[in-house]
Amino acid sequence: METVNVTSSSGLEDAVLEAAAHLYVWALKDIPQDLRDALAAARDRETSKTGIRILETIHRNVSIADEQKNLVCQDTGIAVYTCRVGEHFPLHPTRIYAALKAGTARATVEHPLRSNAVHVLTRENTGPNIGYRLPIVHWDFIPDWDGLDVKCVPKGSGSENMSFLKMCVPADGVVGIKKFVLESIVDAGGKPCPPGIVGVGIGGSADYAMYLAKEAIARPVGTRNPDPLVAQLEDELYGLLNETGIGPMGLGGDVTVLQCHIEHADTHMTLNPVAVNYQCWAARRASAHIAADGSIDFDREF
Amino acid sequence: MAHHEVTFPITDPAEILKLRAGDEVTVQGHIIGIRDRTQIRIFDQGVEPPMDLGGAFLLHTAPNVRKVSTDAEGRGTYEKICIGTTTSARMVRFTEGLGEQYGVRAICGKGGFPDVAIEPMQRLGMVYFAIVGGAAALETTQIEEIEEVLWEELMPECLWKFRVKDFGPLIVGIDAHGNSLYHDVQARAHDKLKELYARL
Repeated sequence: METVNVTSSSGLEDAVLEAAAHLYVWALKDIPQDLRDALAAARDRETSKTGIRILETIHRNVSIADEQKNLVCQDTGIAVYTCRVGEHFPLHPTRIYAALKAGTARATVEHPLRSNAVHVLTRENTGPNIGYRLPIVHWDFIPDWDGLDVKCVPKGSGSENMSFLKMCVPADGVVGIKKFVLESIVDAGGKPCPPGIVGVGIGGSADYAMYLAKEAIARPVGTRNPDPLVAQLEDELYGLLNETGIGPMGLGGDVTVLQCHIEHADTHMTLNPVAVNYQCWAARRASAHIAADGSIDFDREF
Repeated sequence: MAHHEVTFPITDPAEILKLRAGDEVTVQGHIIGIRDRTQIRIFDQGVEPPMDLGGAFLLHTAPNVRKVSTDAEGRGTYEKICIGTTTSARMVRFTEGLGEQYGVRAICGKGGFPDVAIEPMQRLGMVYFAIVGGAAALETTQIEEIEEVLWEELMPECLWKFRVKDFGPLIVGIDAHGNSLYHDVQARAHDKLKELYARL
């Protein structure tokens, strides 16, 4: 575990900036151990020749990125942060956001990283991976706590383009949810760089279901929803998705997904929304904890 | 599956015809990097590409690079940082024009082309190579040099000329004989879905 202490007067904002800049590059270069384990298990389980060749190439690529300290994938994505802000953390979220934005820009310029951010209509570049409402931040507020957890998920476009929403009706039931997830992943085929993590958001509203699907892809690989009913659905969908035969890179095989994670919310009696967000095999993720005194611990525990 | 080594640009169309869907290929020589905006400029804005694409191998990419110098005419020289491959399906509508008007013979990307590409690729003697998406650290080691960058104002969606060595592994996803692995995998998966739905 790496520890950085920042004690200057504007220390806390600097610490968040420092953490964001470090997390963005770290996530792009050094994929988490849980993902490495899942990819190794996938390679052991695959039986198609092409699938094995692809999974071995992925393994080789991760080793080369480690050795050369290079990016695992060229798509530096859009930076998506998840912040868990303690009630007593002495920096307002407005300043946290400013620091995350500045950190993202600094990492992009200093490394340098490819800058992907464009205006949605003119398609002109808007800056070093920042722009209007970029980066994206998910916020969570924690009572009786004075810390800040920050997770950075650089989200590539190949997988993000494979996002799907269906407003199932209550009469579609759980079967409707399962069918929609299955057909979405089959239709996505090789485009999102399978085998990856299928994030599913169910319940809430249309927008919230998609938000939850993004939360789901950002979880450590193979973690389970605390609600046993939802966890059971995660297990079932994981099994079913791997029976579709889409395989690594969509070229056929046994391993279509590394995992299926579901996040849920209670919903209206008349709603049954299902959102699917895909995360590619290079499911990059890095986290840090920032204490109220500005000290940073880099870890990967959420 | 057979293994082939092919040097691009090719001059003999038979080089493409010998490749069959599912074969593995290693590529030598020169390849051209393009992306969405590059092709939008060529086909939708009618700007002729300032580079000969005859017999070419096109890679769907937009690399991470570092600018090393600028010459007297303002053209930059770039060194590689990380070069990888993007999703091809977004750019499928340019396939026929690339083959028919410019003589492109191979397109390489990840995720494949939908079935609409099968007929023009067969008619024009073209092939689609699947690379392992996301494996950019490896791909970068196989690119020896960025020899030319044109249309720099589209950065990073320029026209890139790379010299490569042992570029691969590539899998022939769509061959010039009307076969597509993507079509076959999708057909089987849709049959399988019917079976899975019956079990739900």
